[in-house]
Amino acid sequence: MDGQFHIKSYCNIKNQSIWMNGELLYNEGDEQEAQTENFPTFIKNAYKFLQTDYPKFFKMDNLSKLAFLAADVLLKSENLSEEENNIALIFSNKASSLDTDRKHQAAIENSEEYFPSPAVFVYTLPNICMGEISIKHRLYSENSFFIFDRFNAEHLQLYANSLLRSGKAEKVLCGWVDLDENSYDAFLYLVEKDGEIEHKTEEITRLYNTL
Amino acid sequence: MEKENGIVTMAKTFVSHNNILSNLGFDSETVVENISKGKSGLGKFDDASLLPEPFCASMISSEVIKSEFNKIGDPSKYMKLEQMLILSLKKVIDASKIPLNEKVGLIISTTKGNINVLEKGNNFLESRAYLSELGKTIQLFFGFKNEAIVLSNACVSGVLAISVAKRFISEGKYDHVFITSGDLVTKFILSGFNSFQALSAEPCKPYDKNRTGINLGEVAASVLITSEEKNLPKEAVAILGDATCNDANHISGPSRTGEGLFRSVKSALKEANLGASQIDYISAHGTATPFNDEMEAIAFNRLGMENVPLNSLKGYFGHTLGASGLLETIVGMHFMEKNILFSSKGFSDLGVSKKITIIKNNTPKNLQIFLKTASGFGGCNTAVIFGKINN
Repeated sequence: MDGQFHIKSYCNIKNQSIWMNGELLYNEGDEQEAQTENFPTFIKNAYKFLQTDYPKFFKMDNLSKLAFLAADVLLKSENLSEEENNIALIFSNKASSLDTDRKHQAAIENSEEYFPSPAVFVYTLPNICMGEISIKHRLYSENSFFIFDRFNAEHLQLYANSLLRSGKAEKVLCGWVDLDENSYDAFLYLVEKDGEIEHKTEEITRLYNTL
Repeated sequence: MEKENGIVTMAKTFVSHNNILSNLGFDSETVVENISKGKSGLGKFDDASLLPEPFCASMISSEVIKSEFNKIGDPSKYMKLEQMLILSLKKVIDASKIPLNEKVGLIISTTKGNINVLEKGNNFLESRAYLSELGKTIQLFFGFKNEAIVLSNACVSGVLAISVAKRFISEGKYDHVFITSGDLVTKFILSGFNSFQALSAEPCKPYDKNRTGINLGEVAASVLITSEEKNLPKEAVAILGDATCNDANHISGPSRTGEGLFRSVKSALKEANLGASQIDYISAHGTATPFNDEMEAIAFNRLGMENVPLNSLKGYFGHTLGASGLLETIVGMHFMEKNILFSSKGFSDLGVSKKITIIKNNTPKNLQIFLKTASGFGGCNTAVIFGKINN
């Protein structure tokens, strides 16, 4: 049954740069090397460069910012309906929401400085980033967030096929969005009927490893 | 997947052997027996090491878990949640008599896993907080051939795990999938829900006009999802339809129109080829927050399900997060086998703006089909429809 669906487009965010379909979209220049370890600065600069104009972005945690921008790069060239779209989201990573979990834990660790915040706590779930993307792009669709030790193309491919074949989704946005302190890695790809690249495990792995 | 007369039909998938490990009992039968007697696992606590103010929750004593775990492994090597998941899953694997070969999958449903390892003074390495490490621990204990698939999708995780298992079976990846699910009542979770002012200090009252919020709870719940019709227990059910839909509205509050819940039930009914009136019973989410319960009432009205008997099981277990959807499915299977509608504990007077039919007293009824729903942070909603297997 391989070959029935195709990868239409893909986005990688890694090493201070953003790539779409293998072409460099944005690179945090050498002059900012002093800050290259700093994910919040990088993602804010990328947001501005890509003219994203979505003020809610600044309320998001780091994982959501990473996933949101990778999805936005792909979905804004899709001519989506302003009313609703049936694009399922199948995301995965290794660190779940641990980056934000540590912040919430730090806020409750000592009884003298006990100050849990709902604005932080809500992001202590990995699937919140899919909620953010669904709100922006009007996706009333299937959502699943999986945790794996490393990128797992086979399970993403099988699950996307199942949703497309059963008619639960028209398109599927799949991939890996991992953020753990200052290390980050995003790879999202859009699967649908049309496209140049076959929706096969080997191809998915190849595109993930291009950077 | 097979083609019949040009129509694509899925092979049937069943929810088979099952276990609940809770303070109401360490197997499904005991837990359901206690529910039938109206017993609740909720209790009031005043423990500043967990929350600076008194709270109401359902928790299992670590000492009881340890002494039970001691019969099958070394408790000093496993964290509390790991012990609970292993104890629960072991009973299901043993009852199924299925050899753990390449065609057997493992799904772990949890929101926070071993999050308590981040607390100071813990004896375990912080790497235990990674959910893939939790997956490995469970996989290695039993010797599963396949890597565990960890699903972490907020409060729909437990019921979504059933969909995920069905879908991997329909793609031919697995013949059988074991699911185990669980979350702990920790300082992390209590402080977070309390910061939302969502916690009730009294036992929760889903759908009631005097409801004051959530109680948290901890359980482990496990099932076998299988494509094989042989060796099914008497409470086994077939999965008739399932769907997950996002509200596309808000990350921490439900849609005012119940959009995602409405759409997920519609989609599940369509797959099951059923109308709203053919559902005999709804096991709803019912967290007892003002917004959640109101949202559900609106969605079920839009679906024409206002007369279908409905309950929330949160009054017995509290909100058990990543386990809740699976736990409540298991309890629903047992209700259906007994042909009894069980009361929605904590409910007395309707406190939502639309009519829904809350079960007040245990009532015998011929039950053939039930609907399980859940909704969670991130705007996700999942609905799964289960049918009795009539031999």
